[in-house]
Amino acid sequence: MSLLFAQLLTGLADAATLFLVASGLSLIFGVTRIVNFSHGSFYMLGAFIGYSLMQVLPGMFGFWASVLLAGVAVGLIGVIVEICVLRPIYRAPELFQLVATFGVILIIQDVALFTWGADDLLGPRAPGLTGIVRIMGEPVPKYDLALIAITPLVLFSLWYMITKTRVGILVRAATQDREMVGALGVNQAWLFTGVFFLGAMLAGLGGAIQLPKGGADLLMDFNILAAIFVVVVIGGMGSLPGAYAAAVLISVLNVYGVTYIPQSTLVLMFVVMAVVLMIKPFGLFGREEVAGEHGQVGEPERPIKPAGPRGRLMVAGLIFLLALIPLSGSNFAQILTTDIITFALFAASLHFILGLGGLVSFGHAAYFGGGAYVAALLVTHLGANMEIAFVLAPFGAALGAVMIGWLCMRRTGVYFAMLTLAFAQLIWSLVYQWDEFTGGDDGLVDIWPAAWLNGTSVYYYFTMLFGIGGILALRHVAHSPFGYALRASRDSTRQAEATGIHTKRVQWAAFSFAGAMAGLAGALFVFSKGSVFPTELEIAKSFDGLIVVFLGGVKTLSGGVVGAASLELVKDVLTRFEYWRLSLGVLIIVVVILAPNGIVGTLHKLGERLGMTGKTEDR
Amino acid sequence: MRPGKTIAVLAAAVAFGFMSVAAMADSHTIKIGEINHYKRMAAFANPYRNGIELALEQVNKAGGVLGKQLEFIYRDDEGKPGVAVKIAEELMTRGGAVMLTGTIFSHVGLAISSFAAEKKYVYLAAEPLADSLVWAKGNDYTFRLRASTYMQAAMLAEAAAKTDAKTYATIAPNYAYGKDAVAAFKKVLTKLKPDVKFVAEQWPALFKINAGAEVQALERAKPDAIYNVTFGGDLAKFVREGTTRGLFEGRKVYGLLTGEPEYIDPLKDEAPVGWTVTGYPWYGLKDPANKAFIDAYTAKFNTPPNLGSLVGYMVVQSITAALKKAGSTDTEAIRSAFRGLQVDTPMGKILFRKLDHQSTAGAWVGTTALKDGGGIMVDWSFKNGADYLPSDEEVRKMRPASN
Repeated sequence: MSLLFAQLLTGLADAATLFLVASGLSLIFGVTRIVNFSHGSFYMLGAFIGYSLMQVLPGMFGFWASVLLAGVAVGLIGVIVEICVLRPIYRAPELFQLVATFGVILIIQDVALFTWGADDLLGPRAPGLTGIVRIMGEPVPKYDLALIAITPLVLFSLWYMITKTRVGILVRAATQDREMVGALGVNQAWLFTGVFFLGAMLAGLGGAIQLPKGGADLLMDFNILAAIFVVVVIGGMGSLPGAYAAAVLISVLNVYGVTYIPQSTLVLMFVVMAVVLMIKPFGLFGREEVAGEHGQVGEPERPIKPAGPRGRLMVAGLIFLLALIPLSGSNFAQILTTDIITFALFAASLHFILGLGGLVSFGHAAYFGGGAYVAALLVTHLGANMEIAFVLAPFGAALGAVMIGWLCMRRTGVYFAMLTLAFAQLIWSLVYQWDEFTGGDDGLVDIWPAAWLNGTSVYYYFTMLFGIGGILALRHVAHSPFGYALRASRDSTRQAEATGIHTKRVQWAAFSFAGAMAGLAGALFVFSKGSVFPTELEIAKSFDGLIVVFLGGVKTLSGGVVGAASLELVKDVLTRFEYWRLSLGVLIIVVVILAPNGIVGTLHKLGERLGMTGKTEDR
Repeated sequence: MRPGKTIAVLAAAVAFGFMSVAAMADSHTIKIGEINHYKRMAAFANPYRNGIELALEQVNKAGGVLGKQLEFIYRDDEGKPGVAVKIAEELMTRGGAVMLTGTIFSHVGLAISSFAAEKKYVYLAAEPLADSLVWAKGNDYTFRLRASTYMQAAMLAEAAAKTDAKTYATIAPNYAYGKDAVAAFKKVLTKLKPDVKFVAEQWPALFKINAGAEVQALERAKPDAIYNVTFGGDLAKFVREGTTRGLFEGRKVYGLLTGEPEYIDPLKDEAPVGWTVTGYPWYGLKDPANKAFIDAYTAKFNTPPNLGSLVGYMVVQSITAALKKAGSTDTEAIRSAFRGLQVDTPMGKILFRKLDHQSTAGAWVGTTALKDGGGIMVDWSFKNGADYLPSDEEVRKMRPASN
């Protein structure tokens, strides 16, 4: 009994950091509609800055002053990010901003490495709170009690500010209808900046306040990301009490999980999230999403048309050129192009549901990695022929997409995105922890193609056949009646339903088809690399896909493919240099600001302005 | 966008990509491809790279190998196995590398190993510890330098068997390395002392430890001794919570890798005291071979070496020895040179076994203590890796490639 209570206290203390960071993310999303991927980076900065300040400021006062100052400093960094990076692109398509925040992650990683060095920093202890208190005989660290006390205090201040002050009223108004707030004469730009300051500051506080329980290291940013997304979604996007309740729920369950099911701690969080969202679709305290009903930001999308004869000829020309690469005799050129085609197919499949279906999936890696794993498992456990494994991989991925799609399809918008993320993480954690079957972290190796396919050039042509074939198939489906129905469902559910389209069923089918194509890409991947590891199922992989789709241009047909090819090539060049993450981050942000419609969309507009292309032509 | 433009963009991009990586043939050097997570694991990769640099400087000053200078091409793989495999191919076919080495993560090492076997490239795995690299998934083209998980766990188990502790609790990161480490410790310890009992197993997620909860769970089992496999940030949190809550009082603790400067230095004055650990007590090594390396390293980089630095240094020594023995840079010649290769290193003579391609590199086992506000190892002794490997019979059973 006393142990159970002590464990509860541990959970409550753990909830503090999680709540602080997650509430910032929730606030920023609620008002600006930006899914801030770089929130984990703000948290990391808070820890590093707090650490440096604590080296200078002595004593108990110095410690708490450092925590506060670290929060303010990170808040100001957030302001800089908002003004320089996000403000220029508010008018871009919804969610486009997440690409920019991804660039911010890369930059902060290298800046932190440069500033604080590579070594892990052990956080200083809080002066005056280093010992323990015995509660019912169990030792409880004093600092834990401080955290347990502080968190509700922060929650209350935030709640007071939001509900009782004028700023709070504006923030709430903006959360509900930001166009209206703008129309009433409120300076939206500064409101957004202010909210960004507050959100980043909370993340910074979270980073600094956990120092006595941990420290600062360079992997903190991605390590906390999944957890705070889960907390925000369980609590309800934009709800502060929700974030608190969810942080406590997750943290306390985690503590009991550690003791009673120590093997499954990774899965637990995502199971809880999936269950909550099944029962309460908008989280514990969330309201139904209103954004999206006002239509997309920016100009309406132009209809797409099949390529004309000239276009087809040029695609044929490109394929012909690609087919010539093996004649150059360079193995590496073939391997690089194989990688690019595989990634392009993955991106194209995500683009299919995202661009044409309007369904934002944050967990598309599940089907790419899923396909790869299906093939690898068949080869490893059943000794299947490569050919059979290859053919079955897309079906396996499609099966997964059918099931996950069915579960997620009842939600829309960001909740849909978050559910796909939750299920992708669920699959990732299963693969990661079930090592008797999946090899766990050590993955599955020695998955090589059949003898007749094993030459570099032969496999290259094989990849061209299925990779480019897959991309063309996706394109073809986009122009089929099914593709029209899908776009109709995206643009206006009501009108589409009225014309007899079963929108949910169409979207579900599209989701499954995209899953199958991602699985095909995964199968191409696993046989070209000879191995597969849980990294192919990670959040980072899903993000890679999202980045290139947005970077290429969501509202264009070839966006995914062009984005994927560009990013792979740029990475291949940049990773040869010392500070490649910084350069890549800056490059992404520059591209995002200069080309808010994505590379393809912006080039097309440019061409139009120069009179090179007609408006009626296919995009 | 029109497809025409797509093609133009793609073609330009492809052309750009290929031009930028134009390889330059240079017949005055022998190139080695070194793939690592220089950014993801900067704290480990940089000292390791320094060790390589030091050894390269010495080798090349002494005239190089086979009449040529030795050169390492360093490439960052972002910590992704797929990228590492791509770079491996590039280094071997365009970069002019004669063999591959590198990686810290076991899974990336396994990916390169499988690839190397398929393409018939020699790969020397430097830091990865996974047992499967030379056993279950071992192959003809992969060699491993460092003392493996099994070997280091066996060293600790031997020390543990000498005490009268009967009940053990384990805590290890929940991934392959942690599981191997616990399995090996259990296996060796129960063999040496059949009456021990394992009363609790904790598996925190890697780098996401919930330290307070883990400590409570361990305390609940009331073990006589604890076997710790956590490292890095997880170790720091575990030690702090454990010390605060009195978990280690009156208990024997065995820590795998805990004594390596990489892991114990960040703990500063909170480093655990009285743990039995494997590690690298450079401050206490006075024999000529070790001292020469440590002094040269400290002089060149103004900081003492980590264990990774020593590994990097030994990588170059091993490759140099292999090239000399092979007498050429031909892959098959290098491969057969590595089999049964003897190398003089700071830690003594090591042998790359013919049986499983594992080197007999050892490790230091000692007790942790505090000195001048930092953790050190005292009462240490060097354990020869050759004494902590399973019998040849067992290895053959575990390693299909040997049969």
